[in-house]
Amino acid sequence: MARIAGVDLPKNKRGEIGLTYIFGIGRSTAQQILDKANISYEKKVNEWNDDELTAIRNIINDELKVEGQLRSEVQMSIKRLLDIACYRGLRHRKGLPLRGQRTKTNSRTRKGKRKTVAGKKKAPKK
Amino acid sequence: MARSIKKGPYVDVKLEQKVLGMTEGKSKKGVIKTWSRRSTITPDFVGHTFAVHNGNKFIPVYVTEFMVGHKLGEFAPTRNFKGHSSKKM
Repeated sequence: MARIAGVDLPKNKRGEIGLTYIFGIGRSTAQQILDKANISYEKKVNEWNDDELTAIRNIINDELKVEGQLRSEVQMSIKRLLDIACYRGLRHRKGLPLRGQRTKTNSRTRKGKRKTVAGKKKAPKK
Repeated sequence: MARSIKKGPYVDVKLEQKVLGMTEGKSKKGVIKTWSRRSTITPDFVGHTFAVHNGNKFIPVYVTEFMVGHKLGEFAPTRNFKGHSSKKM
């Protein structure tokens, strides 16, 4: 079983995909890592030998910020926005989109499940 | 889209001169009234207090080092939404 950065990788996936199970590594980063370690994208995770595994581990350790470290960095930058009370920070506080999207409709990802307002008229049926 | 790095950060010339003048005079106490919400906060601004116009009145903004790189307008909200009325008559 391959264990990198505290995450178990799925055995039966191609290396390129398997690496994306680590937080902070997507498709393109995974490809860069494999290019550097000279491993084919096609090679399954359980076909990596120990040398290849160490090579991948070293690359991730030395060059990338992943998992907990990355999560805390993201939290820190959000906290900074909240602390200085800039527009983006205020939007974070209210749970609304930060980048000028419309909020009259949509933005459900940020706003969460619809909250129905009592007494609001429905559009008349025809 | 982000501004070209070649040009450097945008700061209103008049505002910048005012800030630099105040720094030289060692008086960081005064409030600088400004309408220039579009100006980027540079490291020179740290420690000053600005009164940033929000279209209606001036919002006092004390600049700390974490604010460098943001624009003055980001700290003076232009809309004041307090929420919908809780009960409809």
